[in-house]
Amino acid sequence: MKPSAPRRVSWGVYGTLFLFLLAAPPVLVWADQPFYMDLLTRVLILSIAASSLNLILGYGGMISLGHAAFVGLGAYSVAIPSYYGIYSGYLHLGIAIAACVLFALVTGAICLRTRGVYFIMITLAFAQMLYFTFVSLEEYGADDGLLIYQRSEFSGLLNLENPGVLYYLAMGVLAGCLGLMNRLIHSRFGRVIVGIRHNEPRMQSLGYNTYRYKLACYAISGAMAGISGFLLGNFTYFISPEMMDWTRSGELIFMVVLGGTGVLLAPVAGTAVFLLLEEILSAFTVYWHLLFGGFLIAIVLFGRGGLHGLVEKLERRNHSR
Amino acid sequence: MDWQLLISQLLNGLQLGMLLFLLAAGLTLIFGIMDFINLSHGSFYMIGAFVCATLVERTGSLIASVVIAVVIVFGVGLLVERFVARKLYAHDHLDQVLVTFGLILIFDTLAHLIWGAAGMTIPLPAWLNGQIDIAGVIIPGYRVLIISAGLAVVVGLFFLVTRSRLGMLIRAGASNRTMVTALGVNIDRLYLVVFALGAALAGFAGMLIAPITEASIGMGNEIIIVAFVVVIVGGIGSIKGAFVSAILIGFIDTLGRSYLDDLLSLFLATRYAETAAPALSAMTIYILMASVLAFRPQGLFPPASSMR
Repeated sequence: MKPSAPRRVSWGVYGTLFLFLLAAPPVLVWADQPFYMDLLTRVLILSIAASSLNLILGYGGMISLGHAAFVGLGAYSVAIPSYYGIYSGYLHLGIAIAACVLFALVTGAICLRTRGVYFIMITLAFAQMLYFTFVSLEEYGADDGLLIYQRSEFSGLLNLENPGVLYYLAMGVLAGCLGLMNRLIHSRFGRVIVGIRHNEPRMQSLGYNTYRYKLACYAISGAMAGISGFLLGNFTYFISPEMMDWTRSGELIFMVVLGGTGVLLAPVAGTAVFLLLEEILSAFTVYWHLLFGGFLIAIVLFGRGGLHGLVEKLERRNHSR
Repeated sequence: MDWQLLISQLLNGLQLGMLLFLLAAGLTLIFGIMDFINLSHGSFYMIGAFVCATLVERTGSLIASVVIAVVIVFGVGLLVERFVARKLYAHDHLDQVLVTFGLILIFDTLAHLIWGAAGMTIPLPAWLNGQIDIAGVIIPGYRVLIISAGLAVVVGLFFLVTRSRLGMLIRAGASNRTMVTALGVNIDRLYLVVFALGAALAGFAGMLIAPITEASIGMGNEIIIVAFVVVIVGGIGSIKGAFVSAILIGFIDTLGRSYLDDLLSLFLATRYAETAAPALSAMTIYILMASVLAFRPQGLFPPASSMR
């Protein structure tokens, strides 16, 4: 039995979304709506993190409840050098990727020896460990976090202080990550990863060292989340340990599941709906978490396959007509 | 060496251990018997604290309030099991994580709606507010009460689990769930009772700590993670394991925070030791968990003949 091919992507819907995202900044600048510009930038940046989580969770079946740690690590890679007056973006990005890969390899080497609930709990534990480490670092603001006074510099090539530039950079990075993931998933490596999710002992008996494949996948995912953190730190001019709190990791999982696990572009849609809903509901009432929590539970209990599943169902209905 | 400090730190460790055990006891059973990850277990801790604070405000009697509040939290546990958790036992862990995460949001917001954004304090009656002087070492009386109340629950729980019919079913469920069902036990009712019992224990822990820290929104969300560490280190489904590892982690965490910098300054310059110690002491319990998982993944005291 071959591992099942990844589900078909409905290009129509996602193509429209892409064009919309591409055209949004000029329109929003013209309409003088910086708020929506910020919202969309956040959607793009967090989409990178959610997509990276989708790589291990959706394709690899590794449920990590500590993914926000990588995002935080990426943001601190901007904040700490800036604290010492080093603003080179190349360096920031390099540190972010290196730190996340290192953290992923060290913790992953231990986490991936376990499975099931143990994996969930140990990824959570490592993220908490990092969280408390930054809470206790008085030098870097402890609980209060660090302000980032100036965005990363790319030697005059990119001026991130311009919101439009940051927006298109985030979009480019997202496209790049999704492109890379698409290549990965359809490569031998990706098929092995999906195969492991379906049946790990079978992959082992076929002669694959599944542990190494998973570790590599975990490190790639961590690096992508780190890049998203690098962008997030630049975007918000601020980082605090709160950004790596375990509830943040829970939100990332929700974004993935809301979009549809194991579908390449779905987490982008999930992130967009998540953040939009957050904005709308929180404007409507301070008790918005109540509705949000209910929505989350309803999605899990009744909305199998997330938004992607819903779109697919609608498309199928249209075809059969 | 400062004996006063050492003794009061040891007592703090024991106190944290007791609270962790009260949280972890229910968690480990729910985990072990229903194979259910309940992230929202910490919400019962918060609900217990708030309900108790409200009752103390109304009635003025701490003991009566605690008794009524435990019953109320037990009831909340019954409701959550019956209407939410039960639907999730057959789902995978990802769904359980998400739904219980949603429950946390709901409970935190409900607490905000009912009790407001500010926390609530529980004033201690005079007879508990005193200090006990043992051979020159001064101990706050209430800490002694927390520890002894915790110990009383431990003893009660041990008798319940090892001597009663319910306890027999609980132990059987923790070591082999399928077999218990096959023997014709009303498994739904067992799940219901275990879940609500766990909720009541967590609520009781919240009531014990509230006079010291006050009841606040989200107070359970941080300690519940430590309780998960306790469960994993002790072995999923094992009450004895939960007890030993709760006390162990209580001591490690408390003593680490107060003595690690002294210990480190034996090897490092004081300046570095003072920077490294807080970070390291925050990490110790997670390092412990990681090493347990790496070398003994089933935990220190896995339930007998566990099939998993």
